[in-house]
Amino acid sequence: MAKITFITSDGNTTIVEGSTGSVMELAVQNKIKGIDGDCGGVCSCATCHVHVNPEQWDKTGAPDELENDMLEFDDNVSEYSRLSCQMKVSEDLDGLILTVAK
Amino acid sequence: MSSTTQNKVCIVIGASHAGVNFAFALRREGWEGEIILYDNDKEFPYHRPPLSKAYLTSEEGTEQSLLFPKENYKTDNIVLKLGIAVNTINKEEKTITLANGSVQQYDKLVIATGARPFIPPIQGLDLAKNVFPMRTAEDAINIRKTINNSLTKRAVIIGGGYIGLETAASLKKLGADVVVLEREERVLARVTAPVMSDFFTQLHQNNGVKVLTRKNVVSIENKDDHNVVVCDDGTKLNADLIVVGVGIKVNSELAQNAGIVIENGIKVDETAKTNDPNIYAIGDCTYHFNPHYKYHLRLESVQNAVDQAKAAAKAICEQEVVYDTIPWFWSDQFDVKLQIVGLSKGYNQIIIRQEEAENSFSTWYFKDDELLAVDAVNFAKAYVLGTKFIKSKQKLDKSKISDLSIPFKPNSFLA
Repeated sequence: MAKITFITSDGNTTIVEGSTGSVMELAVQNKIKGIDGDCGGVCSCATCHVHVNPEQWDKTGAPDELENDMLEFDDNVSEYSRLSCQMKVSEDLDGLILTVAK
Repeated sequence: MSSTTQNKVCIVIGASHAGVNFAFALRREGWEGEIILYDNDKEFPYHRPPLSKAYLTSEEGTEQSLLFPKENYKTDNIVLKLGIAVNTINKEEKTITLANGSVQQYDKLVIATGARPFIPPIQGLDLAKNVFPMRTAEDAINIRKTINNSLTKRAVIIGGGYIGLETAASLKKLGADVVVLEREERVLARVTAPVMSDFFTQLHQNNGVKVLTRKNVVSIENKDDHNVVVCDDGTKLNADLIVVGVGIKVNSELAQNAGIVIENGIKVDETAKTNDPNIYAIGDCTYHFNPHYKYHLRLESVQNAVDQAKAAAKAICEQEVVYDTIPWFWSDQFDVKLQIVGLSKGYNQIIIRQEEAENSFSTWYFKDDELLAVDAVNFAKAYVLGTKFIKSKQKLDKSKISDLSIPFKPNSFLA
């Protein structure tokens, strides 16, 4: 079980719990504003972009090549950007704080 | 508007990508009344794109790829009525009649009926065993079962479009002996440039799929335990499984019979509204105007289903909205990920950028100086940058696109 905090663009903070699936699926399930996951989680639409709390970058690790390519030219990219469909929910992510990208 | 929708009913016909995303979007936009979704399909609403891809080669059911988790329908008070056909719409009475005869009143009606596979009039096809389209979870399961239960595993795919090619790749992974029959002179003829057709033909051939073009199937001979697919040039192929992927027919009859304007699909305006003020249509079944490309079109894609659904939800909740997006698509075949942005129709020049890595390149479609579309093969950067350039209509220096010595950055290609 992992508790993950989402901060949305309207400033709201939501803490959700999950144990399986991707972080994107967990966000959709909990109606986190700004996370759509239109392509179903195959790294094709970039509608699940989040910024990882810099201090927790070790928890998530860096994106792979495809994910990185999807993010590189995004207007709102940061060095801590990830596509949440490519992050698996596990205990390793417990306590993670994510800011939903604009 | 909250006080005005409380006792209202919004009915959605069709619970796939468009219908389901619409329902959740409508709730998000503040609709307080009932939302009821009907669909013929008994399966809980699922993602369709994986059916011809990962789903076919896995052991999984659709519970792994639901559009939304089951709990969300409860928490958002969205009522799903599955396995129920809608027979008629009466727009004067504002009612629909179900197959069982019961009548349901609506205030707003959304038609998201999509399309069904077109089954060509090939002699003997209707009597042939183990013939399936690829549209629903049931189709995918039937295809999977047929191949897994066959000793000889001979699959013939009629139609070399994306559905046919994706299914071919997945069946090959399942150990089948696969032949793709395409009527035109090249696969993907309707949707891409010849260079893309060549690439995908080669990809399939390298992976052991036979791709035969200019093959017009004229009849199917039914043998005891298999079929023989016969082409007009005399080619005969034994088949334990036949997959038909030659295009679709829009499910527009329900709307047409109700007096809704049909023009290559259900005609809708920029808010997804039909000619009836209380009836909207979204997704594959609509014929709509794209403001960027400035023409009417019908699109079979997840992007169109989801984005048009969101626009309709806003419109029904009386917000100003114009459905104005750049279409995007994707396809997975073997180890190749194709990402497409834009509509290439009307192009008069293509530029190909070949990356150093094998099987990694992009095709840029121009009409004079305007970038219309990009096909990116194992190179998502071109897809993302292409999206930016198409949207911004920035003038590009075409000679730089194919020049690998120029770093792949947004400013590198501007004129």
